[in-house]
Order: sequence, then C-alpha cells, then structure tokens
Amino acid sequence: MKTVVQEKKTRPNRLGIGGWFYGGKYGAERYIFALHRLAGLGILLYFMIHIFIVGQKIHGKEAWDAAMSSVSGTWFHIGEYLVFAAIAFHGLNGIRLILAEFGLVLGKPKRPVYPYKTANMRIRVFTWSMMILAAVLMLVGGYDFFLMH
Amino acid sequence: MRESTLWFWHLMAGIVIIFVLGIHIGVMHLDKIMQVIGIMSAGDVLSYAEVLARAKTIAYLVIYLLLMWFALYHGFYGLRSMILEISMSKTAQAVVNWVVFLFGFGLAIYGTYVIIIGYTMANA
Repeated sequence: MKTVVQEKKTRPNRLGIGGWFYGGKYGAERYIFALHRLAGLGILLYFMIHIFIVGQKIHGKEAWDAAMSSVSGTWFHIGEYLVFAAIAFHGLNGIRLILAEFGLVLGKPKRPVYPYKTANMRIRVFTWSMMILAAVLMLVGGYDFFLMH
Repeated sequence: MRESTLWFWHLMAGIVIIFVLGIHIGVMHLDKIMQVIGIMSAGDVLSYAEVLARAKTIAYLVIYLLLMWFALYHGFYGLRSMILEISMSKTAQAVVNWVVFLFGFGLAIYGTYVIIIGYTMANA
C-alpha cells in the first residue's frame, strides 16, 4: 500500500488571475496591496504613452504644440488627475511597504504569546496615516488641477 | 541575476522615484500652488519655450534620466512580478522575462535619445 500520496501533475494552490484581486479574510492591507498594484499598472500605462508624447519635443515647436493639443480637453484633464491620485496613493503606500520590508515600523520582534498582535496590526496606525496623507495630497492636487487651472 | 537582487533594486528605484517624481509632479502639476507660495515663477510649464528652458539645464538632464530609467525598471519589474504570479511553464516564464526586458529596454533607449537630443537642441 502506498503511504505517500503522490502529488498531482496539476499545479497546486492555483488561483489564476482571480488571485490578483482575491484577498480572502486577510484584512484591509491585502486589498490595499491589490489597489497598489492596480495603481502601479495604471501609472505604467500612462508613463509609456507619456514618453512618446513628450518625445515630440525634439521635432520642434509645431510638433510639440500638436502633441499637447492632442492630449488636452476635459477628459484628458480628468485622466491626468487620476494618474496624479494613483501616484499619491502608490507612492505613500510604497513608502510604508519599503519601511516594513526593512522592519522599521513593525516594532520589536516578540514571542507570539496569545493574544498577540500581528505585524499587520502593529503597522496599522502607520498604514492609515499614510492613507490619510494620500487623501490630503489628492485634495491639494484636486485644488490645483480643477480650481486653479 | 538573483531574484533578491532584482527585488532589492525594485525597492531602491522606488525610493529614488519618490524624490525625483516628487519634484517632477510638483513642477509640472502642482505648478499653480508652487507659484502662489512663491517656489516657482509664473508661466505656462507646458509652453515650448519653458520645455526648452528646462531641457537646457544639467539639473533637469540628470532628473529626467534618473526618473526615466528608475521608473521604467520599477514599473516593468512590477509588471513582470504580476504576470509571473500566474503559474506557467519555465519556457513561458522565459518568454515573459525577455518580452518585458526588451520592451522596457527599448523604451529606455528611445527615452534616453529624446532627453539627450532635447538637451543638445536647447543648448545649440
């Protein structure tokens, strides 16, 4: 009789594309993480287009003005603001992730004696501080984007 | 290259981007607020004259190159991580690695060309 169950040839624990968004009961941080990556993808898409639009500057003033007028108007302005908001969120959350990666905002390591706080719970105040800061930046940016321009 | 090395540079690039993109966003998108508090002088940051005026300086040459290289690395490494999260064969992983690398590298070459030509044009 076989005692060891042979592992199936299919790949184990596979979540597929749903795994990009599925956070289960892992709490707010898991969903902030999904949003962090979504914001990152949005910024990357903008950035790739940005390189080519701004690249028109080497073809002279006419090419530059034509490029600028092709990306003007209300919808582009709103889109630009969304990129700004994504950068504010991604950047501030990124600062938190980098600090946590180097163990700087997690407190001293302790023996996990019940009831103990997980790393996520210890960093939570900092997490929400960064989210509030991002919201403030979005408001300041919104003021500049929509009320001063 | 070891994955931990790539990941380390992803984080380092993130730190560089926070500073350099902070300057870029402040100048280009929060320009009106910067003008009100007196950090920037009045003017249209998107006018061709101002684009050339910025491209002329060594400081902006360095800022643009740093921002573009680090942001491309950071962005494409992030994209690659997300794609590789879907389980796939070793061959498919190699294809993803190469496509992401060539795409990012191509953009970096074009961007570097634009920044350097812009700098020499503005100084001509």
